[in-house]
Parts: sequence; structure tokens; C-alpha cells
Amino acid sequence: MRSLVIACFFALFSVQVMAASGEVHLDHVEIDITDKASLQRGAQTFVNYCLSCHEAAFMRYNRMAKDLGLTDDQVKENLMFASDKIGDTMTVAMRPEDAEKWFGVTPPDLSVIARARGTDWLYTYLRTFYLDESRPMGTNNVAFKDVGMPHVLWEQQGYLAKNEDGELVQATEGKLSQHEYNVMVHDLVNFLAYISEPSKLERMDLAKWVLLYLIIFFLVAYPLKKAFWRDVH
Amino acid sequence: MSQSIDTGKRRFLTAAASVVGGAGAAAVAVPFVSSMLPSAKAEAAGAPVEVDISKLEMGQLLTVEWRGKPVWIFRRSPEVLLNLETIEEELRDPESQVESQQPEYCQNETRSIREELMVLVGICTHLGCSPTYRPDLAPSDLGPDWVGGFFCPCHGSRFDLAGRVFEGVPAPINLQVPPYHFQGDNLVVVGEHAQGAA
Amino acid sequence: MSSFMNWLDARFPASKMWKEHLSEYYAPKNFNFWYFFGSLALLVLVLQIVTGIFLTMNYKPDADLAFASVEYIMRDVQWGWLIRYMHSTGASAFFVVVYLHMFRGLIYGSYKQPRELVWIFGMLIYLTLMAEAFMGYLLPWGQMSYWGAQVIISLFGAIPVVGEQLALWIRGDFVVADATLNRFFAFHVIALPLVLLGLVVAHIIALHEVGSNNPDGVEIKKNKDASGKPVDGIPFHPYYTVKDIVGVVVFLFIFALVLFYAPEGGGWFLEKDNFVPADPLKTPEHIVPLWYFTPFYAILRAVPDKLMGVLAMGGAIVFLFLLPWLDRSPVKSIRYRGPYFKIALVLFIISFLALGYLGTQPATAIYTMAARVFSVIYFAFFIFMPIYTKLDKDKPVPERVTFQ
Repeated sequence: MRSLVIACFFALFSVQVMAASGEVHLDHVEIDITDKASLQRGAQTFVNYCLSCHEAAFMRYNRMAKDLGLTDDQVKENLMFASDKIGDTMTVAMRPEDAEKWFGVTPPDLSVIARARGTDWLYTYLRTFYLDESRPMGTNNVAFKDVGMPHVLWEQQGYLAKNEDGELVQATEGKLSQHEYNVMVHDLVNFLAYISEPSKLERMDLAKWVLLYLIIFFLVAYPLKKAFWRDVH
Repeated sequence: MSQSIDTGKRRFLTAAASVVGGAGAAAVAVPFVSSMLPSAKAEAAGAPVEVDISKLEMGQLLTVEWRGKPVWIFRRSPEVLLNLETIEEELRDPESQVESQQPEYCQNETRSIREELMVLVGICTHLGCSPTYRPDLAPSDLGPDWVGGFFCPCHGSRFDLAGRVFEGVPAPINLQVPPYHFQGDNLVVVGEHAQGAA
Repeated sequence: MSSFMNWLDARFPASKMWKEHLSEYYAPKNFNFWYFFGSLALLVLVLQIVTGIFLTMNYKPDADLAFASVEYIMRDVQWGWLIRYMHSTGASAFFVVVYLHMFRGLIYGSYKQPRELVWIFGMLIYLTLMAEAFMGYLLPWGQMSYWGAQVIISLFGAIPVVGEQLALWIRGDFVVADATLNRFFAFHVIALPLVLLGLVVAHIIALHEVGSNNPDGVEIKKNKDASGKPVDGIPFHPYYTVKDIVGVVVFLFIFALVLFYAPEGGGWFLEKDNFVPADPLKTPEHIVPLWYFTPFYAILRAVPDKLMGVLAMGGAIVFLFLLPWLDRSPVKSIRYRGPYFKIALVLFIISFLALGYLGTQPATAIYTMAARVFSVIYFAFFIFMPIYTKLDKDKPVPERVTFQ
């Protein structure tokens, strides 16, 4: 029922297609922010690989603990730097000036990146780094041309390269199979979707009660109107 | 025509719509009212504070911030502890009967877990000023009977070194002892009861 | 209770006002679907004011803090997300309701004599609302907020001689900056809401002075019974209050669907680029104004001259003000109008919607051409109105309203 409603809305509003991404084909990714196991795996990847440079400065660890079904202690031990407190937000120690020196730009905050870029874009972006010797980091990206970020997950995915037809092919093997890597990125994007709007969980829970209430109100209000309008001729 | 009007039905439906509508309005008020409670950020800032007391000397007072309020931590000498008993008659609530003013584990003669170490919220129970630490004996401005305590500059309330209020001053009750516990010998955690304690 | 009311009435016209505006305000009994949107607009106004007050408690009008404070509301403030989404969805709902309300006025001739002032006040509300929405959209301080404001304020630069100075004065800086944000905040939360409330009161007082129009365009005051009540009128309260409650519930249902399941409105209500903090050095690839401005934005872009474009856009709104004097037909309602007006109106609505769509699209050659065609139709609707409404073959208007 819920998905039907959502589908209807997307059908209504889907006129505005991703103008920002140009002609790049984006791979679709199914997002489910109620899948706690996926979110937990995504959180682990995020903390291990993203959080060293990118912040999620609006996201609090204890909020994440609660929503991911973890205890505060579990989060403290596995997902936090020792110096941070459980009520803190996910910030990094790297100074912006250093970041600019190393990457040419300050790595953007990732709190709402899923809402700014869209999850399909993120899913595509994280899977389409390829070798390009003309770039300072040695890699380029299909979804984000001339991106400053290196291919952080190269150990997992290995390196891709463009062949003569411009297609991406595996150049060096990674630790994970293609499928395993896709799952890893899926979990990460799922987590990014979650931190972009943690209140969405509450929103979805509340929605049906509000709609139910309005239906009940209608069932009273409409007969009331009828009862009064009987004497208007 | 108007004879056919069913006033009973109208009255019932009006009442029903009022109840349903009123309930809805009340429910809508909940998010608005609770949005004014402390936010997650304020809760995080109000988290328990860990204080290292290994370097705290006798008589020295350390002020830390907990939930934006000053919390005093100070060591009391055996003389001070002795004095706490002698001045009991001058106090309004020497046995700390007002339960809201300290956790159960501090409702004792010294109002503390460890006798010598005192932890107090440094906010006057009169109108919220922060009293001054006056450990000196018989200073000229506080009179010859002064054996050390706290003096509130705003309206002249006086408290002893266990935070108990004197008779005849505007403050109605003793200073508040926050929840706290020790982790090892030299670490006080302010703002949190010990595991299992009330 | 009655003795209290006597005490009160001797000092304040409570009962008198209740009677004049509700229990003894006689409204035509043949209101249809289109007549819900006035009271709905009032509901949304109240919703925007209440949610706005609570957002103001946590929002920070400071270029360094604004973006983060919105996310703070969305995450850290208890129920902040709900209040924020009510406000952002409410802004779009306001324009939906107001556009439908205006369309009602158009098809039933509610702007015509003696209701010219009701229409003028309504148009002023519409203008103020556009300013209110525009300034409010800067506050989240995202990329779209920033560059949208930059573009719109630059329009003032098109005015000869004083333009550039004026744009500078509006911004208070050489580009949109902290000073701009701060003053827009002041206008958005204090100045314009006050103006809006004043205009709404004037709109309703003017309406209740002349009485409501209806789908037949018949003046019910011309036909009164022995006790002086219009025979085709019914007291607003209880009849229209209970009817409007039904309208409110249905509206809230749709509102809740959007708020809970699609608060971004597919990118129309909350745009993707607005989740990127404002960056004065980098323009987003595709700047789109909010959907409710797009018809006028399309007219602006259709004209290949900066000043003329701005004038055309302003003219598109000025013509709406002049409607009561451009329409020469003796008939109000579309039910009794001749074919010329009906055709003109259909063309007008099509061109308005088409312009609205084109305003959201990139300005390619084909789209620009289309925007020019529809702009011409838009203006022709007004310019030729005195002629075709006069020549039109109107049908006879009945004495009484039609009901059931």
C-alpha cells in the first residue's frame, strides 16, 4: 500500500528528470532505510573509508545507534574515534586547508549528499572509477568527470580501465567479486540515504496514523454537512 | 420543511465532529510544544562530565560546566567537616529533608558520597544567581560567626560548605547536589548516577 | 454565559461581528467545488504563520549558520522535521490553492463590478505572497536559494539609470550575501506577514460588504424575501462552515500525502541543488525558479531584451489587476458567456500552463519559440478582451441561481 502511494507520487512528479547529471547513464539502486543489517554494514564502510576525509557534521552518533538498532557502547567501540563522545556529530580532524592542498577541494560534507546527488548517482559514482593517467590521482570517474577524489575502495573493487570502445573493463582484480562489491556500495549508499534524512523513519511511521485520523474525521464531517444541508432547497 | 430537520442527529454529529476535531488539534499541538524542549544538540551538550580530581588540593574549588550550569567540586578538611555539625542549629534544613535537593546516596550529614569531597550545583535556590565561595573564617563582611561557606551576592543568601542554607536568608532550600559517581579514585562523573543506583 | 456576552458586547462588538461575518452573512446557496479555495487559503495562511513562528525559534539568519540550522531543525529539534515540512509543503500548497481561487474568480467573473476591490486586494495578496515566497526561499541558503535570489534581484538591474544601484541596495552587498539573507529574513518573518494579514482582512471586509458572487453570477441581494434576507442566500454559519470542514479534511488528506510521502515534491517543492550549501563561486548547471513563478519566468526569457523582458513579466501581472475594466461583458459567469470568451479563456489557461512548464525547462531554441507564442496568447487574452467580450453572444442570465 505504501509503495503504491509512493509510486503514484513519483509518477506525478517524475516530469523533472535529473537535468544535473547530463547524459550519464545511472544505475538504479533500491533504497531501504529500514534494513538495519544493510545500514550497519554501510555505517562500517562509511566510518572506515569515508569519514577519514568527509564529514557528516549533522549526524549524531547516538541518533545513528538508536536508528540502526545498536547500543551506544557498540557504536563507541566499532564506529567511533576514541576522542569523540556518543552525542557528537560525525566530524573529522582533518583541517580544511590541508584537504584543499591534497585534493584541490575541501571534501564535501556527506550529511545530505544523498538528497543533493540522488542515490542512483552515488551508486554509479562509487562503482565507476577508472584508470586515467592524465589525472593527478591516476583515476577518473564516469559519473563525476575529473573528480578530485581518488578511488578509495580500490582494494575492494580493483581498478577498472576504459577499453578502445570506451567501455569499463576490469584492469586489476580486487579482493571482492563484482557482486560483492556492488553489495558493499549498495549498503554504503543505503547508509548515506539514511543519514541524509534520519527523520524519514519517524515520518513513515507517523504517516499512516495521520491519514487514518483524517479518514475518521471525514466520516464524521461529511454526514455533519449532509445533516445541515438537508434543509437547503 | 423545517419540521423534517433531525436536530438530535445534528447535535450528535456536531458533538462528534467537535471531539474528533478537538482531538486532532490537541495532537497537532504536541509536536509544536515539544519542539521547544531541549534538542538533541542540547541533550548532547548536557551529557555527563568527567572530572579528574587527582590534582585538587584541600580547600581548592574546581568549577566545571554541566548542562550549562556551574558545578563545584571541592575538598573539605576535617575541621570543616567538624564545623558542619556545630552550625546545624542555624540551618533551615540541616538534615536535608527536601529530597529533590540531592540524590538519595547524598542525603547524609556531609551531603556527599565521600566525606571530604563535595559536589554541588552552584546555583542559588533563591533566584538563580551563582553564589561566591567564601572558605575564609570570620571575614569582616560576613561577620565573626562565619566558618566558611557560600554567599550569594545578589540577595545575600548564605550556605555552609555542604550547601545547606542558613535561617533568615531569602533562599528557601539547600543548594542542589547533582547526580554523580566515582570511576576509580580520581575520576568524578557529574550528571550520572552510578550503575544501579537510584 | 449570556450575562457574560452582554458584558462583552457592551464593550466589544463580538456578537455583532459574529453575526455580520458568519451567522448572518448570507452567501449564495449554489457554491460549488471552486468555492472551497478561499477558506483553504486562509487555513494555509494560518498554518504558515504558526509553523513559521516555530521555525524562527531555531533558524539562524546568518550566512555561516543558516544551512546548518535548517538541518539542525530537521534532525536535532524534536519534531522539527514535521514543522519544517509543513512549512515547505505549505508554501507550495498556498500557491496551488491561490491559483485555483483566482481561476474561480476568472470563470465566474468574480472580479466584475461591484467586486473590483475584492479582486484588487486579492491581487495585492498574490503579489505579496510571491515576495514572501521568494524571500523565504533564500533562507535555507542552499545553492538554489542563493542563485535564484541572485537572478531575480538582478532583474531590477534592467531598470534604466537607477537599476544597478537599486539591485545593490536590495542586496546590501555586491552579490547576494549575509546582509541580503538577514534583511530577507526580516521581511519574510515580520514585514510581509503583517502586510499579508492586513490585505487578507481588507479582502474579506470588501467581500462581505458587497456579498459573494456565485457560479451563476446572479446578484442574490436583488431578490430578497419579506424579512430582507436574500431568497437564494443561506447563512454562512452553519451551512458553509460545515461544508468547508469537509473541504478542509479532504485538503489536509492530500496535503498529508505530499508532506509524508513526497515532501520534496519530486524536486519541485525542495530542489536537489538546495541540499548543497550556497557557494557564491559556483552556479548550479540548471537554475529553475520555484514552480509557482515559472509562467512569468518563461515570459521573461521569451523576450530577447533584458529591459523589455522585465517589463513583459511585470506587465503579465499588471494586466491581471486591470481585468475588472477590460471585461466589457454584462455577464459574469462562464455559464452564460458567449463562445468568444470561452475560447479566449481556454487559450489563456493553456498558455499559462504551457508557460509554467516552459519556465522549468532549459531555454532551447524550440522552447523559446514556444514560450514566445504562448506569451503572445497570454497578452492577447487581456489586450483584446474589451473587444471580444463586447462582441460576444452572451446568453440570458436567469433571475434566480440554479440549485441541484
